[in-house]
Amino acid sequence: MAFAARKSASASKAAAAKSKSNGPAAFSRDEDLSAYREMLLIRRFEEKAGQMYGMGLIGGFCHLYIGQEAVVVGMQMASKDGDAVITGYRDHGHMLACGMDPKGVMAELTGRRGGLSKGKGGSMHMFSVEKHFYGGHGIVGAQVALGTGLAFAHHYRGNDNVSLTYFGDGAANQGQVYESFNMAELWKLPVVYIIENNRYAMGTAVNRASAQTDFSKRGLSFNIPGEQVDGMDVRAVKAAAERAIAWCRAGKGPYILEMQTYRYRGHSMSDPAKYRSKDEVQKMREEKDPIEQVRRRLTEEWKASEDELKAIDAKVRDIVNESAEFATNDPEPDPSELWTDILR
Amino acid sequence: MPIDVLMPALSPTMEKGNLAKWLKGEGDRIKPGDVIAEIETDKATMEVEAVDEGVLAKILVPAGTADVAVNQKIAVIAAEGEDASAVGAAGGAALSGAADASAVAAAPKAEAAPVAAPAVHAAPAAAYDASGEIPAGVEMVTMTMREALRDAMAEEMRRDGDVFVMGEEVAEYQGAYKVTQGLLQEFGPKRVIDTPITEHGFAGIGVGAALSGLKPVVEFMTFNFAMQAIDHIINSAAKTLYMSGGQMGCPIVFRGPNGAAARVAAQHSQDYAAWYSQIPGLLVIAPSNAADAKGLLKAAIRNPNPVVFLENEILYGQSVPVPKSEDFVLPIGKARIARPGTDVTIVSFSIGMTYALKAAEELAKDGIDAEVIDLRTIRPMDVDSIVASVRKTGRLVTVEEGWPQSGIGSEIAAQMMEKAFDWLDAPVVRVTGKDVPMPYAANLEKLALPSVAEVVQAVRSVTYR
Repeated sequence: MAFAARKSASASKAAAAKSKSNGPAAFSRDEDLSAYREMLLIRRFEEKAGQMYGMGLIGGFCHLYIGQEAVVVGMQMASKDGDAVITGYRDHGHMLACGMDPKGVMAELTGRRGGLSKGKGGSMHMFSVEKHFYGGHGIVGAQVALGTGLAFAHHYRGNDNVSLTYFGDGAANQGQVYESFNMAELWKLPVVYIIENNRYAMGTAVNRASAQTDFSKRGLSFNIPGEQVDGMDVRAVKAAAERAIAWCRAGKGPYILEMQTYRYRGHSMSDPAKYRSKDEVQKMREEKDPIEQVRRRLTEEWKASEDELKAIDAKVRDIVNESAEFATNDPEPDPSELWTDILR
Repeated sequence: MPIDVLMPALSPTMEKGNLAKWLKGEGDRIKPGDVIAEIETDKATMEVEAVDEGVLAKILVPAGTADVAVNQKIAVIAAEGEDASAVGAAGGAALSGAADASAVAAAPKAEAAPVAAPAVHAAPAAAYDASGEIPAGVEMVTMTMREALRDAMAEEMRRDGDVFVMGEEVAEYQGAYKVTQGLLQEFGPKRVIDTPITEHGFAGIGVGAALSGLKPVVEFMTFNFAMQAIDHIINSAAKTLYMSGGQMGCPIVFRGPNGAAARVAAQHSQDYAAWYSQIPGLLVIAPSNAADAKGLLKAAIRNPNPVVFLENEILYGQSVPVPKSEDFVLPIGKARIARPGTDVTIVSFSIGMTYALKAAEELAKDGIDAEVIDLRTIRPMDVDSIVASVRKTGRLVTVEEGWPQSGIGSEIAAQMMEKAFDWLDAPVVRVTGKDVPMPYAANLEKLALPSVAEVVQAVRSVTYR
């Protein structure tokens, strides 16, 4: 059994140099450009969402994905059409990476009729049958059993699609996670459990909440293989995703990827993040930023010109501004919508 | 165009805060993500991050200013290619894009007009007529509720390959109460799945499979154990259609015995009808006999919504004639007049019907002619049929094994206050399980449950006879 936790190459200082030796497989120029574009879209979208929250246009809870972009972008680069994606409430990045319309996402954040859930779901609850995105769940850990059910459905239908089930280091301590691990391995369900370890479950540091802080080992007693992955390096994420997804598609059962990542912002918009130092955040942003790593490769290795990158930046900014404008001006749902969509 | 930086809110309830300090000065270059200022309230501190690129042209609110209103302009950023000093001098009069103050003013206003619920009861209520439910000329076969439920599942599994059954001991053991007897042999282990003892987990797996379009029938060995899974039944199954704006449904049936069996004490004896009946997005069914059980379970499996199907262990072995037809599907949401009468209406469901019908027989001996209504579906409740009956009898007694507070009887009483008050000649009386955890001792358990005598007594009290 190959279930011993494998450690992928970690730190990505001098990523360019390292990628040629013992780091993760190098990206092609197109892959780097694509990863840059996707991650930048999430970053700029989330920054805009944060701003709109501050302006009172977005209400309730709003959990931003800033800092963690490489995880979902790298995973999506290794997935194929028909693979199911499900996550918790920090979900805007996943929706954008799945190709869901940024206008629809932003208008859902502002609670307008053009939102992906017609304004009835909000930040934490959006879905897309077309893009195989199954939410958007607000109960910590619930998506793990649901995602296992999505894998069950692939298995039942006999196709080779997988379920990409994301949850955080906090959710990893919920009981139903282990109920799901047990059945997933017992029935050899094609599910990749992606644990986005951003080091803090709301305000509780991992080592204050977890007896086993190596989350890649959380499946050991069920014989589920696991890896720790540098979740700030999109190449490392994609490489690990390829291994995990291949394992699942081959009918070998579930696979765990612990993505070591970091969120720059508070748990939600109303979190002042007093449980960690500013230096810690600053250091991470300066040394490990997932977007900067790719940008550096693009300029240094691929000789991308400032103009080329600026054109991408401008395009991303246009998409984000357009979505913000739509989400600001789109009307609220018709009052009659209160009574629809309760039953089919 | 220059970009205004507005005073952000830390939470939707925040109205003003203090601008603690500026981390960038006028003339500084700013990139998205740069922290430009810090604001604080009595509760928390927050960093103001730039979303736009440019030069900080003008600081409009100096550091240390207290009680700055949310959305007040605090600075102006000159965009790429703009003259920062000119922008600064203009004080950021020009506004741009979504960061525009008028956009904030256009933020949602509360809808002033009250929104009425769909007027379901606008027309005078008419009782549902169940007499046509059994097709003429169909062969009737007497069978137990256990067999009827099994047949319902088997027929629907033959009809639709997306239907499967999962739960504890449903396959090799043939069902803890033998309700799934023979299904493994006919459909194989892919469609009849033994789960570990892990209600929360397998309910979630069932819901996940249903979100992707499969039609699981999830058996709980008893609904008492489903309390471990209730989060998935309510939060994941019942609410997803609404939260997705009608995009993603959850065609799933949760079924199993509910309520008290015999001498199994408090943790194994709870009636959950009232609990689930409160949830919009769920259908709740509780049949009292084999024929209804078959027709309604088939309807539940074919229904595109999540259904909680409450069975009863004591009723499993009771037999009645059941139509022998694969097309026998009953409507969800319709009550059945189990015994027509004129003097009083007794409403019940599931095993409560046993007390109700026996009481009606006893009362008939004394010349009191009771109409007995079997709800069959708890949600949506067939209130029209109850109202129609109360208009005829003027008196109402409800019977259930569940607890009194916020029970099914309480709901019916409230509905009658709203919809049949003028026709009531006596207050509605509820016969319920007693307001105690279920005791084990035989005599105490009997006292805790409703009895025929209590129903008779209740009817006498509302008929003043």
